[in-house]
Amino acid sequence: MSIPLRSLPVGRKARIASVRADGELGRRIRDMGLVTGAEVEVIGRAPLRDPVALRLPGFTLSLRNNEADYILVEPVD
Amino acid sequence: MSYFHHSDEGQPRSELPTLALAGNPNSGKTTSFNALTGARQHVGNYPGITVEQKEGIAHCDGESIRIIDLPGAYSLTAYTQEERVARRVIGRERPLAVMALLNAGALERNLYLAVQLMEMGVPVSIGLNMMDEARAMGMSIDVPQLSRRLGVPVVETVARTGEGLQEYLRETLAFGRRFEGQPWHPLHISYGPDLDPVLKHLTESLDEEGVGCAPYPTRWLALKLLENDSEILSELSHDKPEVMAHVKEHIDEVEAHLKATLGSSAEAIIADYRYGYISSLLRGVLTRRDDIAQRMDLSDRADRILTHQFLGPLIMLGIMYLMYRITFSLGEVPMQWVEVFFGWLRNIVDVSMADGVLKSMITSGIIDGVGGVMCFVPLILLIFMQIAILEDSGYMARMAYMLDRIFRIFGLHGASVVPYILGGGIAGGCAVPGIMAARTLRSPREKLATLLTVPFMACGAKLPVFIVFSGVFFPGNEALVMFGLTLTGWVVAMLAARVLRSSFIKGPATPFVMELPPYRMPTLQGMCIHAGERTWEYLKKAGTVILAISIVVWAAMAYPGLPEDRVKAHEAAVADIQHQIDASEPGSVMRLSLEKALQEEKGRFSEEALRHTVAGRIGTAMEPVTQYAGFGWEANIALLGGLAAKEVIVTTLGTAYSLYDTEEDSATLAQFIARDKNWNIPSVVAFLLFVLLYAPCFVSLVTIRMETGSAKWAAFSFVFNTCVAMLIATTAYQILSRC
Ligand SMILES: Nc1nc2c(ncn2[C@@H]2O[C@H](COP(=O)(O)OP(=O)(O)O)[C@@H](O)[C@H]2O)c(=O)[nH]1
Ligand SMILES: [Mg+2]
Repeated sequence: MSIPLRSLPVGRKARIASVRADGELGRRIRDMGLVTGAEVEVIGRAPLRDPVALRLPGFTLSLRNNEADYILVEPVD
Repeated sequence: MSYFHHSDEGQPRSELPTLALAGNPNSGKTTSFNALTGARQHVGNYPGITVEQKEGIAHCDGESIRIIDLPGAYSLTAYTQEERVARRVIGRERPLAVMALLNAGALERNLYLAVQLMEMGVPVSIGLNMMDEARAMGMSIDVPQLSRRLGVPVVETVARTGEGLQEYLRETLAFGRRFEGQPWHPLHISYGPDLDPVLKHLTESLDEEGVGCAPYPTRWLALKLLENDSEILSELSHDKPEVMAHVKEHIDEVEAHLKATLGSSAEAIIADYRYGYISSLLRGVLTRRDDIAQRMDLSDRADRILTHQFLGPLIMLGIMYLMYRITFSLGEVPMQWVEVFFGWLRNIVDVSMADGVLKSMITSGIIDGVGGVMCFVPLILLIFMQIAILEDSGYMARMAYMLDRIFRIFGLHGASVVPYILGGGIAGGCAVPGIMAARTLRSPREKLATLLTVPFMACGAKLPVFIVFSGVFFPGNEALVMFGLTLTGWVVAMLAARVLRSSFIKGPATPFVMELPPYRMPTLQGMCIHAGERTWEYLKKAGTVILAISIVVWAAMAYPGLPEDRVKAHEAAVADIQHQIDASEPGSVMRLSLEKALQEEKGRFSEEALRHTVAGRIGTAMEPVTQYAGFGWEANIALLGGLAAKEVIVTTLGTAYSLYDTEEDSATLAQFIARDKNWNIPSVVAFLLFVLLYAPCFVSLVTIRMETGSAKWAAFSFVFNTCVAMLIATTAYQILSRC
């Protein structure tokens, strides 16, 4: 079952199922290591609930909610 | 001239063996570069853009080696300036080898850049930096195995302590020497059954048609074309437009096919395969043990407080306030030394030179002008030291993270907050460091919108004007006026940014995707080098221009002088009155009124003299327009003077109000203002708003030119801000004078 990254709760781990963005946004997302198969975890949200902070193996990224909408994930246990 | 075929004219090729240093932002490039080259470095800007170009000399076994520091990049696409510069410089300089410095803690993503460098074909050697952190995160890397699989040297380093750097340099040099003079050997990665045949076909047709761009290998160019790289496409189309039109058609067909069958783009597939290659590379080489991962833990725990929903913004406010306090209270002392020094210099010239044009030019033009620039130096030094701390510690990224939601509404970026604060977002800042701080924004449109709106803030130089006028017209409410003006600065800056972003700097928001590096202790050396470089750059460029401009301003307020007969008539009148004074009885009513008449005659004369100068004529000529905002010609001259530096407004107003005696201070200026019938509440409000918002001072304009790389934006900012100011001041005046 894949869900948009935006709706992944804080603390829940997931695996990226697909990245729907193309163009500049798609490129930036992929360059930062957000590709199919990568393991992510939402570790926090900014005080105004946007952007989100994401943990990938070895580093942390932040991206805006509307950018996270392009990323579908499958929660893992 | 085309992008890649750079002419080497005027750029003597270095005799020294050259290496280039590449890596992701925050991988420790600057730290390594400094450790390798020490103070033997040279900073400049790549022509036309603000991406820094740094070169230095390192030593290895008694040999000197030139090292080029490439801008930090995550990839080698045409999307960001940093990436374009990085790949272009490699092609132009053809270094012996590229040192790809990786943050070992985020090895997969960092290899993404290294692999792309290898695909380009230049010899690459890999430095696994931040090994101390990687170990603390529970990572272990089989270095010999990785080196074997990639066929390049791999060395572990800790740039902060210098560990491994010399060895890394030595191995890179030896490796590069093996390929010296040979064509590049690109790494070939398989891009799967859908793209491999296309890539092969494209490469062959480019080769057949003789389309190319040495030293870049054809397959790399073909790959870039598949990745939809606009820069390479236009570069190749330059020579053979028909061939490329054909090639483009073919690529479009492939794209359409991929979209239909896989629902994906070539670009995305390429990235997936590249990451796939990296994972297979690391299989058995990299192991992560989660149970001892303390490094991240520490940073996460700090984040739980520092980006907490309520505490986070509070702490941020506190830090911003502290920064401002430190800069302007610590900076005040050396700033006064500079002022005292220039005052002393002025005095020396004053007593040792005979009165005349030359002396006036040296004191009012050169010394005051240059002194004005030098005064900013301590501030800039302090600001950049603190910015270096914010950046190196990782806190800057958190500020952007917390504020992005608000700033985005106005077409800006979370990171715009720092330039705004420094530029006067808290009254007392200075636009120059503010504009320079916009460098930390990696998104070009947001950066431009930020640096063009920073000058709307209530910088320290505007404060004297606010103080003088609010003291006279709003006694007891000075603080409120000050606060209102500071707030107005914010509102106008953000609204103007919104307007710019939907007109002159139109374009979608640059993707925010940003790294939040772990918190790190900044190093003193890094801080000093960073701040020193920026300050020197400011001194060099602003110093030369401001010198010329201050001489021009001085001349405009001194020339042309009144005709001989007017001067004679004035001198005669003065002598006449003086004569009568001498003849009158001391203390008598008669004498007092004569003394007053003398004062008035002198006042009239200096007013006439000023009106006669270029500045005076311009001020008078502007009256028909400025009268709608309630400004007279004296105010216009003051505002013109303020173009050089906002501090000048008060002093010019003093001159314009016949304060020929320079000893008089602003208290008497206040009296003059109070006495002048032209000033009333509406015109004062309009004037203060205008001073807050109108054209940036010359130093700011020079800085804008420097940072945008184009005089066009400096001119734009001049016109745009003045129009905004005029609009708001006139509206305020018209409304207030009617109610
Ligand atoms: N622990 C650790 N920190 C490092 C190392 N190299 C650099 N740093 C720190 O990482 C931060 C970013 O380094 P910097 O050289 O500015 O990275 P750049 O963006 O690649 O130029 C600074 O705070 C450095 O002190 C290292 O090997 N180990
Ligand atoms: Mg750096």
